[in-house]
Parts: sequence; structure tokens; C-alpha cells
Amino acid sequence: MHFGPHLLLAALEGLVTSAVLALTALGLSLVFGVMRVVNVAHGEFFMLGAVLAWAITTAIGGHPALGFLAALVIAPLIVGAIALVAERLVLRRLNYNPEATIVATIGMLYIIQQLALTFYGPEARPVEPPFSYRILLPWFGYSGYKLSVIAASALLLTATWLVLTRTRIGLVMRATQYDSETAQAFGIPVGRVYGGVFALGAMLAAIAAVLIVPISQAHYLMGQDPLLLSFIVVIIGGLGSLRGTVVAAVLIGLSDGIISMFFSPTLAKIIATLLVAMVLVFRPQGLFGTRSR
Amino acid sequence: MTDKNGFFDLSRSTLTRRTALKGLAAGAGLGLAPGFVRYSQAQSSAPIKIGFQSHRTGIGAAYGRWYEKTTAAAVKAINAAGGINGRQVEVIIEDDGTDPGRGAEVVGKFATQHKTDIVFGTLFSHVVIGSAPAAGENKMPYFVVSEGHHVASTKLNRYVFQPGITDVKSQIQSMAPWIAANAGKKVTQIFPDFAFGYDHRDYLPPALKAQGGEVIAQIAIPPTESSFTKYFPQIPAETEVIYHVMVGPAVLTFVKELGEFYGSNRPQLFGFIDSLEATDINSPGLEFLDGSHFWEGSPRYAQADDSEAQKAYRAAVGIDDNGAAVGDPKDVSTAAHMFGCWETLYVVKKAMEDAGYKGPEDRAKLVEATEALTEFAEGPEHPQGPKTFNGKIHQCFGIQNISKIEGGKLKVVHKTKIEDGLYEAEGDYTTQAL
Repeated sequence: MHFGPHLLLAALEGLVTSAVLALTALGLSLVFGVMRVVNVAHGEFFMLGAVLAWAITTAIGGHPALGFLAALVIAPLIVGAIALVAERLVLRRLNYNPEATIVATIGMLYIIQQLALTFYGPEARPVEPPFSYRILLPWFGYSGYKLSVIAASALLLTATWLVLTRTRIGLVMRATQYDSETAQAFGIPVGRVYGGVFALGAMLAAIAAVLIVPISQAHYLMGQDPLLLSFIVVIIGGLGSLRGTVVAAVLIGLSDGIISMFFSPTLAKIIATLLVAMVLVFRPQGLFGTRSR
Repeated sequence: MTDKNGFFDLSRSTLTRRTALKGLAAGAGLGLAPGFVRYSQAQSSAPIKIGFQSHRTGIGAAYGRWYEKTTAAAVKAINAAGGINGRQVEVIIEDDGTDPGRGAEVVGKFATQHKTDIVFGTLFSHVVIGSAPAAGENKMPYFVVSEGHHVASTKLNRYVFQPGITDVKSQIQSMAPWIAANAGKKVTQIFPDFAFGYDHRDYLPPALKAQGGEVIAQIAIPPTESSFTKYFPQIPAETEVIYHVMVGPAVLTFVKELGEFYGSNRPQLFGFIDSLEATDINSPGLEFLDGSHFWEGSPRYAQADDSEAQKAYRAAVGIDDNGAAVGDPKDVSTAAHMFGCWETLYVVKKAMEDAGYKGPEDRAKLVEATEALTEFAEGPEHPQGPKTFNGKIHQCFGIQNISKIEGGKLKVVHKTKIEDGLYEAEGDYTTQAL
């Protein structure tokens, strides 16, 4: 294959990775930004989204688009509810202590993963894409659904940005992030905001998973890679910065796509890790982050 | 960090004498628990303990589950027929997480804690390679059902056997003539980037060359990869056959993305069913495979010419004519490999009977008795087909099936002969000390 089409394919693949990564990492970034909680179980909420998407599409049947749309709405809601319960039962009781919550979320990771293995099983199960249109380019074919994932992710990111910057909920969240004690003094129900943010973070991961599951199947171990990549993205982009998260996700996704296609996937991972190290050394607050006070 | 709950405050310790006594009592109680019951006539009626190193979690979990089902069925049949040397067989399962490090620990646990007679049942080649030294150190006979060439390469040790499934080198050698004659001569290989994949990487090119074919590209893919489109541009345009063998949970994605990349205008495909074990071939996106060919150790779908033994085996394990669990058509088995568990257990039975095996002190005798075996006749104990066994390299050789996907089913179109897969031994385990 010639260089041009080769690069195009690499860029497309990279953009799909970026799209899903941006949503997942945004969830992680929000939770850390507002709550100062490093949610190690974030990848498992991603996995739960995919597994539930499989369960919902299987239960509904009929045209694949029907089941998929239902999954896109219901799966994140269930995952959000689970996250809310986890937040109430575990994180709140630990007073959101940074060290304790890391250990607690590691525990959640294993509990969710093993429950999925017990009740869902070890198989990778497919979900049919809502439509299977194959775009025929002169050099190769490409999945139309993958392109729609990029579009859907862009829409969702815009919506999240609007909520954060233009609505009262967003204002309350930003106030809590800026200074939770002062926010509380001004009558903001910080506890409820924390619960909501934790659920929202998990829901973003779940939505990303529902979008990706028609491409790569639901499997109980699928949460590990997104977790790692999300951490990389969040560190590079700057914790709690929406813009930084998106930019870093696109950067990591594209470089992963292009480097792994022209060189090797291992090199792509090496470079991403090196980038994290560089950012931590020269700009610890991330590319778009602000220095913590 | 403040210590609000006093976790680290030693002065608040609540360990009283009473608690300590309770703990001691509980410990003593455990020692008397059923697992520690001593049999009064120790050797004669105590069960033979088989340690099953199972991939219960990790990327091999789907295989592990079906290996367990097959093993349970075989043990049930063996016990119903009077057990081994008049003793019942008991299987003790430990999860290795499909991880080489944990695999070695599990072998050690079987040797020192469970004190099993043998260890059995491992599939993934990196786990076998990681666990083999532990088996050798503990002088523990280790019967794997792995398909990899590592046992027959004689690079492991005298305690490792693979008597139930043919190794990859032999499989490739026996199928290469069919590939070159029926699929095409210019082959691109796609394989997982670890031990099992390297067997394919190393043994296909010479086998194909002997048939006038050629491997024109080799693409290694990390076993944890979840997206594959980025590798496909490396497939040369003049490729006539894509030879694919993939493992792990992302195999469906691999096939789907290959389908999106090529559409209907694809090269011939020849794959190892490993790419689709435990996966329904009628899953969405797999229409692309229609008309392509697969290696199968034992056919997933019931064939018209199935032997009575094959039918009885399928019924005992509980799989229907489509190779799925009876009563759950979505629960597809790993039929192409799991027969190896059944057959290996019968080899163990035969070897233990030949050796007059009484207990762990006879392990060396068991090794020698296994090495003395030469042939396994087709029948209820070996439903996949007849096999020969080379005691020097601890490896069996059987027939292979090449199946074509037609109308949503795999139909066997070619069976190789045992002779097709024989090769020069690379060493001799029997010269090693026991």
C-alpha cells in the first residue's frame, strides 16, 4: 500500500481510539478534578458498560439498531447507579481520603471484575453494530460504524462541555472543584455533588464502552487498557481540564495509530510512557492544567 | 494522613488471651477438617489425586472452562468403570490465571500442599513453559494439553508429557501440502507474538517450501491487542492465502476487521480454529469467513461419518451437534482442543496401570511407563482418532482435520494421515536422569 492511503488508515484508526479514549479519560479527569479521588476502578465501569450493552441487546433482539440505542441509554444509567451506590457505601465513609480511596477503588476493581467473570463468564461476546455500512475507498474498505463513533464521541464531548460551562450543575461542580470548603459555606451540597460526579464519571466510561463494543467485544478483562491509557491522557492533559483531556486523547490516539502502523505497537506504548515522564518532569500540572494550590 | 480509626495505634490492640485461644482452637479444627482425613488402608483405597492446572481466569478462561467440563466427564467415566488400579480418581483444580508465574506456583502448590500424584491440563504455551521447571524440580509428572511444540522440542524436562494432542510443528507439516495444493502458494502469516505463535512462525515456512509454496510476509501481533486494522496494510498485495492463528478475547474483532478491510475481494483464508474457539461462527461480522478453511483437532460440528466413540464422547462431555453445550446453543465449546484432556487422562490411566502405580513414590516408574507407550488405538478412550506416541520426545502424533465453513457450519473436507506429520526427533528426554 502507498504512503498516502496508509497514513489515512492510520489516522482513521487513531481517531477512533482517541474518540473512545477522550470520553473514558474525561470521566477519570472529572472524578479526580472535583473529588480528588484517583478512581482505579474506572476501567471496570467501562467494562460494565460493555457487558451490560451485550446483555441489553441480547434481551431486546429485533433490529440491531434498536437494541444498541436502548443499550446506549440504559447501560450508562445502570453503571451510574452502581457507581453512586459505591460512592455512598465506600468512598464517603472514607471521607474521600486520597490514600484510602485508592486502596478502596482497587478493591472495587477486583470485586466488579470477578463478579463479571462469575455472572457473565470468560467469553468475549459480540454486539451487533446498529448498522453495518462498509465505506469503500479506492485502496481499502473501512467500517462506517467506526466513523460514526468518532462523530458520536465529538457530540458527547461538546455536550459535556456545555453542561460544565453553561449550566447551573456545571457551575456547582466547578465551584466544588475550585474550593469545596468555600462551596459548602455557600450552601452547595458538596456530598451530593461528589455522588453525582462519581456517577457521571462512570457513565462517561460506560457510554464509551457501549460505543466501542460493536467493534471489540465485551470481555471481563477489557477494562485494563482503557484505565492505563486514561491515566496517561489525564496526566498529559492536566487533571480536571476538559480541554487538556481531549487534546491529550487525540494526541495519544493518533500517535498510537500512526506509530504502531508504521513502526510497532510496542514503540507506540514506549513513546506514550516517555511522554508521561517528560510531562511529569517539565510540566507536572499537565499541558493544560493549573498548578494546584 | 491522620489515623482517625486508630489502625496503626498499637496500644489499642484488642488481641486478648481469649481471642488468641479461639484462634488456636480454630486452627486445630481446620487440621481435623475433612480434607485431612487419613485413609486407614492408605494405598489401597485413597483416591488418585490429579492436580488440574486450569486457566480459570485470564485470557485462557474460555478454554479453561471447557477443559474442566471435559476432564470432569472423563473422570466420571473412568471412576464409573472402576477407577485406576481399583482406586477412584479425584481432581483438584487450581487457577493459574493463564499466567506463567502463577502457573509455576500452582505446580509447587500441587506438589507440596495437595500432594497430588500428577499435574495435568495446561493449555497456553507460555504457562507450560513457565511451569515446566517447577514440575521438574518437584519431580512431578506434568501432562499438558497444549498443542505447542515446546514439549516435543525436548527443551523442557523429563517430567513433561503431551500424549493427548498433536504438536503444532506436526500439524503444520501435515497440512502444508493441502494448503499449497488447494489454497495458494504465496502465504502471509498472522500470528500471536508469543511462544505458540512462534511455533507457527518457525515451522510453516520450511513446510510450505517443501511443497513449492512460500511465506511472503509474517505479521506478529501482541496477544493483548484489541484492534487489528492497523496491521493489515502490511499484508502484501500479491498474497494468495492469509494464514491466521490468533488467540485471546479479541479474535472476533480480528476477523471482523479483516472483513471490513477486504470485503468480498479477499485472498484465500486458512486459519487455526484457535482464532474462533468458544465463539459461534455465526456471530455478526463473521459472514466474511464463509468458504474459508480451518484446522480443527477434533471437529466442532458433528460429522456424517462420526465414529460411535466420537458420538459417545460428545454425549459424555455434553455438547450438541453444533459443538455447543447441550441446552445452551450460545455456549460454544473449545471442541478442537478439549478432546486432548479426555485422551490424556486415559493415557495416564494406562501408564499408571502399566507401572503398577501406588503413590507419589512411584512417580519415576510412571514416567518410564508413559515413555514406553507407543500407540493409542481409536476408540472410546481415544475418540479423536488413532495416535502414535514417541516416548523419546514425550509427544503423540494424530490425524488433523481441515474443515470448510459452509452454510454456517464447519465441514471436514480433508483428514491428514499420521505419517504426514512425523518428523525427526530433536532430542531424547529418556537420557535425562529421573
